[in-house]
Amino acid sequence: MKKNAIKARLLSAPYLVWAAIFVVAPMGMVVYYAFTDRSGAFTLDNVLSLSAYGPALWRSVSYAAVATLFCLLIAYPLAYIMYRSSASAQRLLMMLCMLPMWMNFLIRTYSWIAILAKTGLLNQIFNAFGVGPFRFINTPAAVILGMVYNFLPYMIMPIYSVMSKLNYNLIEAAEDLGCNGGQVLRRVILPLTMPGVLSGITMVFVPSVSTFYISQKLGGGKFFLIGDSIEMQFQSAYNYNLGAALSLVLMLMIVVCMIVMNHFAADEEAMLP
Amino acid sequence: MKKFLISLLCILISLLLVIFIGIAPQTEVKAETLDTSRLLGNYDVPELRGTSINVYNWGEYISNGSEGTVDVVTEFEKLTGITVNYTMFAANEDLYAKLRGGGVTYDVIFPSDYMIERMATEGMLEKIDFNNIPNYRFIPENYKDLYFDPNNEYCVPYTGGMVGIIYNTKMVDEVPDSWDVLWDERYKDNILNFNNPRDAFATAQYLLGSSVNNENSEEWEAAADKLIEQKPLIQSYVMDEIFVKMESGEAAVAPYYAGDFLAMQEVNPDLAFAYPKEGTNIFVDAMCIPKGSKNKAAAELFINFMCEPEVALQNAEYLCYLCPNTAVLEDDRYSYKDSPVLYPEMELHTEYFRNLDRETLDLLFQLWEKLKLA
Repeated sequence: MKKNAIKARLLSAPYLVWAAIFVVAPMGMVVYYAFTDRSGAFTLDNVLSLSAYGPALWRSVSYAAVATLFCLLIAYPLAYIMYRSSASAQRLLMMLCMLPMWMNFLIRTYSWIAILAKTGLLNQIFNAFGVGPFRFINTPAAVILGMVYNFLPYMIMPIYSVMSKLNYNLIEAAEDLGCNGGQVLRRVILPLTMPGVLSGITMVFVPSVSTFYISQKLGGGKFFLIGDSIEMQFQSAYNYNLGAALSLVLMLMIVVCMIVMNHFAADEEAMLP
Repeated sequence: MKKFLISLLCILISLLLVIFIGIAPQTEVKAETLDTSRLLGNYDVPELRGTSINVYNWGEYISNGSEGTVDVVTEFEKLTGITVNYTMFAANEDLYAKLRGGGVTYDVIFPSDYMIERMATEGMLEKIDFNNIPNYRFIPENYKDLYFDPNNEYCVPYTGGMVGIIYNTKMVDEVPDSWDVLWDERYKDNILNFNNPRDAFATAQYLLGSSVNNENSEEWEAAADKLIEQKPLIQSYVMDEIFVKMESGEAAVAPYYAGDFLAMQEVNPDLAFAYPKEGTNIFVDAMCIPKGSKNKAAAELFINFMCEPEVALQNAEYLCYLCPNTAVLEDDRYSYKDSPVLYPEMELHTEYFRNLDRETLDLLFQLWEKLKLA
């Protein structure tokens, strides 16, 4: 028994070392930089100056929330359709969801410029019908579209994987007992797939709230997100301390999100038979 | 089992594909060779044969043999027997950090004006022995005694450039001879500006008549207000994307470097270029030898080679930037010899970007964020 415990510990050792070097140490550095100034002396200035970033933070959170909502609205029905399809159709649909992810994220975002631009594909099509040109690119909607497009698979996957384990007998039972379609969805399918929805929400919200590339390319650099602020502090302003303080806020926000989500998820799991 | 076989087949096919791409004949045009009989210096130095130098230059910043040009570095290696380890950087700050960080030594670097000043004052540059660079005589007088090297000790100018206004003649009727075209309501949603605070602020500062190097916070704030006023008219803030946007006619006016305009005009002949009357900024990139160079003699040989009229001509043609070499400027083979874009006739008010102090830099980035959040 004891031997096994030692073995287990030995097996996990590489992971622990990895986590210490690449997860814990960088976090420690972020905290260190956030509370020091350029000369390395302790200061609260960075943290105190954060109130000025309220608008950027608010914009990031609201864009990310809208993007997450759209992802959910698209992904949930899609996951259900996949669940109800034949095995081979499921594999095909899964493949189609994954396929765009084989391409680099930056290139996928960049190609939206060619679609949305004033002289782009969409406007050329509208032009052929004698309407337009419309303004798609360099708007908040374009930024949110970029988020939805890039992070949609992260919503589909967890929902689908929970749904695929759903026992169809439960749905039939509900129908036998007199539930109509809406009731089946509300009282059987939705509660049972909640864990997938919750992890989908975290997996979309977190990258959306911290993105900077999408807002730069599809927003024309006009809609500064908190990720843009952080990128600028490190990349061009050489203010690692302020950048670290901003990252710290973002990290705390994400941790709070995850705790809340996990709390809900734990409740849901307790309800499962 | 069947699945296993199918995956094996897939892997095999991809492998074959890679091999085929590898052995497919290269369609690239072979590089031109340099006419070595036209060289002025002596490049046969027996004691330097077999040695090597580390050259650190900007990306895409030397004639490299593509599209029928001369591969300058290879020619130097053939001629001298010196191996050149050629690497590239993307920003002056990267170069500075690399040198400060230590661990690597370079023999020839290509910093810009303000970075030369900084490196020289911090003692990071070696004094060049100009006896070894006879071709320095081709450097025009107006590229000597510059503020970053007042006694001509540390650098040999390589290129220069100025910012001007690029515009699409199909969308802009008049010749925009002032920065205020970037504030013109008629071009709403068709105006681009730099996505880089220093360059973007410069456009407003020239218009307001203040210096791009002042350290007065009120003047910076006034420039920020001017940019905030401009923001509703801006289509987007761009750096490299400007090429696509101007070439495709997506935007009408944008400030950018004259050399890059020449590249854009080749794609879209409707584009034109003008220098604003309020003034604009100029830069010079020069060759320097950093402290710690292990092969200074070979580095000086390389710099001399780069100043050879034949070599400088190749680079000038390839780069489209200003060429600080009198022999090239008088050479009829130089296609930009009389280019009004590179060598305007009118007297321009130009200013170099100087190093700003820490407080002003912090203020600049604060104001830049304010603009972006407005």
